[in-house]
Amino acid sequence: MSSRLDGIGASAGIALGPAFLHQAEVPEIHAYQVDDRIAEAIRLEDAVALALERLKRLESHALAQAGSDASEIFEAHRMFLEDPSFAGAAIEIVRSQGLCAQAAISVAAGELASEFGDIGDEYFSQRAADIRDIGTLVIRQLLGLGEGGFSHLIEPSVIVAGDLTPSETVSIPSGMALAFVTDVGSPTSHTAILARGLGIPAVVGVGGNRIESGVTLAVDGEAGTVWIEPEQSTIDLLMRRKSEIDAGRARAASHASEPAVTGDGHRIEVVANIANPDDAVRALELGAEGVGLFRTELLFLDRGAVPTEEEQYEAYRQVFDVFGHLPVVVRTLDIGGDKGLPGIDMGEELNPFLGKRGVRFTLAEPSLFRTQIRALLRSAVDANLKVMLPMIASLAEIEAVREQVDRARAELADEGVPHAVHYEFGIMIEVPAAAITADLLAPHVDFFSIGTNDLTQYTLAADRTNPAVSSLADPFHPAVLRLIAQTIEAAHAHDKWVGLCGELAGDPVAAPLLLGLGLDEWSMSPPAIALVKERVRTLLREDCRVIAATCLQATSPVQVRRILEGV
Amino acid sequence: MVEAILAVTHAVGLHARPAATFVKTAKEFESAITVTNLTRGSDPADAKSLVQVFKAAVAGGHDVKITAHGSDEVQALATLVGLIEANFGEEGVHGQ
Repeated sequence: MSSRLDGIGASAGIALGPAFLHQAEVPEIHAYQVDDRIAEAIRLEDAVALALERLKRLESHALAQAGSDASEIFEAHRMFLEDPSFAGAAIEIVRSQGLCAQAAISVAAGELASEFGDIGDEYFSQRAADIRDIGTLVIRQLLGLGEGGFSHLIEPSVIVAGDLTPSETVSIPSGMALAFVTDVGSPTSHTAILARGLGIPAVVGVGGNRIESGVTLAVDGEAGTVWIEPEQSTIDLLMRRKSEIDAGRARAASHASEPAVTGDGHRIEVVANIANPDDAVRALELGAEGVGLFRTELLFLDRGAVPTEEEQYEAYRQVFDVFGHLPVVVRTLDIGGDKGLPGIDMGEELNPFLGKRGVRFTLAEPSLFRTQIRALLRSAVDANLKVMLPMIASLAEIEAVREQVDRARAELADEGVPHAVHYEFGIMIEVPAAAITADLLAPHVDFFSIGTNDLTQYTLAADRTNPAVSSLADPFHPAVLRLIAQTIEAAHAHDKWVGLCGELAGDPVAAPLLLGLGLDEWSMSPPAIALVKERVRTLLREDCRVIAATCLQATSPVQVRRILEGV
Repeated sequence: MVEAILAVTHAVGLHARPAATFVKTAKEFESAITVTNLTRGSDPADAKSLVQVFKAAVAGGHDVKITAHGSDEVQALATLVGLIEANFGEEGVHGQ
């Protein structure tokens, strides 16, 4: 029987296919005796160390994805595994009984889990389940099964899961994921951002869904709707829309590498948001004219430790190599808020989004920042580098960072190390204070880039990761639009250029508005480039100025959308 | 050796976040530290083992005895007692 679930549309697109339920699988164990007990104990210790590393990565991913409550789950897992009565007990079993490592960890986990289970309390039953999960994690390491989960995915399917970590999302074999449907998540969660990056439709926040494996699902990633065993009429309607969307995309894609010029001859610069060298290659193929936001923190988050100067140098150089003389805006480490850093104690904050994040963090950790700046300047000798600082609220911060950059440059010069001497120096406009005082900041920088995701949540005092209020964080709110307009005006008065690197730039609906406000550089996830360029080509700049002025006088986001949808 | 007896007022007792915070704090000290659930009459648990602290099953309102023995025992005891008395730095989650 057909039924329908409503969630949040997180990545646009239509998909139809069988449901693939993703859950961690438990590997089968065949116990055997070993001759060399010492070697086996070392094998187990190594696997535990790898599992601890993995838990640390999960912890930082969870922190980035779902906040500190979620990451504390993994922290507790790690403390369990490190506990002498868990891993220690398993190693003792290997030493005293000569049992193979996987059987030993399974026995240790089983004993501990049943002790917790015996307490007969719901809370302890859950901890027993945690212990078994951790045991499975170690066993997977021992059996060389990797992180697993998608080995049974043999036909293109709609991936249904409680939640997906970024590492899971990216480990799905290419072409096998038709869409993502998750219980939790928000439009700005990593699953959503990755899905858009991969160009795969996604509906998140479906909440305790009752989808069975193998049933046919239809997914509308724009409306946020999932149909279970949809009726033929629903399928027909969706497929018609899908072919319209696909045809539009194909048309746009064939012109993706051509410039975006309006009907009245005004050209805008369309660039990409990227996180690593692989993204850079894809962005160029999809028509990017450069990079408007290189999120360097993901280089840090994807590994267990802070990368060295050489490792950073290598990653930055690869990106610059891809883009040659095209501009690459590199955002310096943007840590804090919902993003922690493995190996760095961020301290407890009651309000992390209002805490030590972005430039506030880097100014407090000068050695970390110095390493990044050195790597950047060294790698950008022949590149078109634009350094961008996140979370700037006042001029003093710009001056403090500039001093550090100048010092790093002087050091490199003293050491005789080749480094970039011509580069631009700009800031993100994401704190309302910076937008309001844009006229005071403009003389001190080369450019602004408006981060609408954070500017929106700060302006509207609505946490974009909190499902209860995330709908209030609407970038079409006239308050946000006025700050954007004011920022662009202030920059242009000082002959500085302005970019925008939030989700808004990649939304074709917003194109007339941003064009009318005079935005110079539009930075978006690479799959959005072709469509936005195609949209811009249909517009007249003069008309859009009027449209933008009308939007600034609207009284609600709904009104703004209505104006823009009528264009 | 130094010891203290006090009631755990946190609503969830020594579980979840409070337990993890308690164990993490205990690990910062060199001294051997134990926690005993007097209300349930458990054996002393190693305060540096999350598993053992969990097994002590300290619920909100239970009385516990903390002992510390070693070079930094006074500091350790004071810190852990302070942590419980400050309700693990959380507000508004007292029991009852």
